[in-house]
Amino acid sequence: MAKTYHKPTFIERIRANYFSTWLDTTLTLGFGALVLWVLLGLFDWAFLNAVWSEAEREQCGHGSGGACWAVIDARWRLIFFGLYPFEEQWRSAIACIAMVVTGALSCVPWFWSARRLPVLWLVGFAIFYVLMRGGLFGLTPVSEQNWGGLSLTLFIFASVTLIGMPMAIVFALLRRSHLPMIAGTMGVIIDTIRSLPLLSIMFTFAIVLPFVLPGWAVGDKLYRVIVGYALFFACYQAEIIRGGMQALPAGQEEAAQALGMGYWHRIGYIVLPQAFRNALPPTINQLVITFKETSLVVIIGFFEVLASGNAAYGTAEWNFAHIEVYCFVALIYFTFVFALSRYGAYLERRLAVAAR
Amino acid sequence: MMTLLKQRSFRDLAYQAGFVGTLIAMVVTFAVTAAINLDAQGMTSGFGFLQRSTGWGVSFSLIPFDTSDTYLRVIWVGLLNSMFLGAISLTLATFIGVGIAIMRVSGNRMAGLIGTVYVEIFRNLPLLLQLFFWYAILTSLPQPRQAIDIAGVAFISGRGTYLPGLNVTGTSAFLCAIATCAAIGLAIWLNTARRFAHMSTGRKRASRQALWGGLVLLIVVLLLAGRIPDTPLLNVPYLKGLNFRDGVRISPELLACIIAISIYGGAYIGEIVRAGFNAVGKGQSEAGQALGLSTWQIFSRIRLPLAIRAVMPTLINQYVWLFKATTIGIAIGFVDFFFVISTSINQSGQTLELIAILMGGFLAINYSMAWVLNRVNDAIRLKGTQLRG
Repeated sequence: MAKTYHKPTFIERIRANYFSTWLDTTLTLGFGALVLWVLLGLFDWAFLNAVWSEAEREQCGHGSGGACWAVIDARWRLIFFGLYPFEEQWRSAIACIAMVVTGALSCVPWFWSARRLPVLWLVGFAIFYVLMRGGLFGLTPVSEQNWGGLSLTLFIFASVTLIGMPMAIVFALLRRSHLPMIAGTMGVIIDTIRSLPLLSIMFTFAIVLPFVLPGWAVGDKLYRVIVGYALFFACYQAEIIRGGMQALPAGQEEAAQALGMGYWHRIGYIVLPQAFRNALPPTINQLVITFKETSLVVIIGFFEVLASGNAAYGTAEWNFAHIEVYCFVALIYFTFVFALSRYGAYLERRLAVAAR
Repeated sequence: MMTLLKQRSFRDLAYQAGFVGTLIAMVVTFAVTAAINLDAQGMTSGFGFLQRSTGWGVSFSLIPFDTSDTYLRVIWVGLLNSMFLGAISLTLATFIGVGIAIMRVSGNRMAGLIGTVYVEIFRNLPLLLQLFFWYAILTSLPQPRQAIDIAGVAFISGRGTYLPGLNVTGTSAFLCAIATCAAIGLAIWLNTARRFAHMSTGRKRASRQALWGGLVLLIVVLLLAGRIPDTPLLNVPYLKGLNFRDGVRISPELLACIIAISIYGGAYIGEIVRAGFNAVGKGQSEAGQALGLSTWQIFSRIRLPLAIRAVMPTLINQYVWLFKATTIGIAIGFVDFFFVISTSINQSGQTLELIAILMGGFLAINYSMAWVLNRVNDAIRLKGTQLRG
């Protein structure tokens, strides 16, 4: 007689996962009490005892023991838009939305082709740039010095990705070139840049480049930092793409060669599409890291969302409210980064299913 | 000419010459422009300035330093501080990471839940944000007069954390730290190296005891030799006026850097080590069970070593990456290598030379760290006949 499979009931599953031995039970109860204590404390602080509106500012910090969300109520525009002119801030908001929509659309598989994806990003980026910079269609020009907050973060992230990705492909191709001088030199460049901290690269591009570049090529500090960051991103991404290429069976390229395809056809139609597919999970991971590390431009002196958070509690009126402001800024970052990393995990599962 | 271009070997040569030539041309352009710009500003280049005295001080230094010391010495101070911060926070991050990984693979869902939440929160927020957060909390702690008192010997205040210390010279403290590290290294070597695999258990235990006994003896001798005369050996901080006297002060900057980097790094290392645990076949621990080993023995002798071996290459990259991340200390004013270089640039104007030192320093540290860890990896990885499936 075939053994029948006994589907565990809810109670049995709870018991197996939480209370299987005495040690297990103790751990569950101990950790459970800890979790409950933290959650209750957090709930009390963030909701029950919190002060919500700017009008009730006086109640903040006077023994209520709750969060002072009034600071967000008063300063959210500063956090989101930085120094952008007040009456033009709708432009900054729409530009952010355009960027987020572009990002969301590029998660749809229909856009995953070498033609559609770049077009999508160029269009999204152009909309963003025109809205932010102005000077066209009767929009008043706003110079880059006044950009700030979330839109500056998104701008840096998007431009680094847009400049860095083609660079990464070129670097990866040069690195695996069969010509020893090219492959060797590229390898040394990539390894050197990868072993330097991003901060020192940004610093070098911001401070040192004006010294060594001829005057016409210097450009604005923001763009120099973006180029430096893009170079750093490209070196990491190039190694990821190269890993994706190495995972391809050699037969793929040999078969293309046997069919008489030229170098660019082989790369463009056979190697790169498959390499990108292999490299998709680490690429998303790299994008997550890139997004988080845009915060480093604060140190170079840009007013992105973290810096505007610092400024939001920097006045005498709100100087006690640092925890609330950082929690709010953390929530903004977390929304973007968590969404991206969950998407990466989803892709990984999807690819694992497809490979089976 | 055309026939020449059709030859593959000639084309290859031309490509390579063109590539390297372009790079060289770029570097030459940079150098020439830099020379012109420096000339226009009337600055002298070269590393002579390293012998000049700085005229400014630093707030945290492991070796004695004052404003009349040279630039060379201030750079050395920064480098030492960076390595100090790196050593402490990477060690703590490893402990946190392994702890989190154990919680996540322990089989207890409640512990796993806490581990998951920890990783998802701290890995998905920028390190700089976390650093600002901890720094804001540490600096808004009560003033020394109302400091948090831990058993009367340690105090936590907004001006820093004060711990009891020993009245010994820096050299002897440093030698003690080196001796401890060496002893731990030797113990690991003794336990894992194949050279000692055939040593009997009794002899192994005896040599272990000799090792630790020798270490304790050495430390006692070093401490007594390095004692600062006419002071009690133990040195407890006490409140005098508006601030604490004596004891060891840990500045909020250093503490915030340590907390932020170890928590952030712990989340990453936790994920890596967890992947390592998952890579160890279930058959391994089942075999241990069949041999009658206890849960702890299975964990410490089988699962943990195999997991670490599986993820060693990834861990090496992570350590190098975390060490680079210590540079953000500059954001809150921790005097590390990068901070010292950037202040020196502001003060002396020798930008190019100092940037060269910065890059050289990081290349040297990262390559040597990667080299050492790669030797460790070579020693513990599977090789030769062990690779048969």
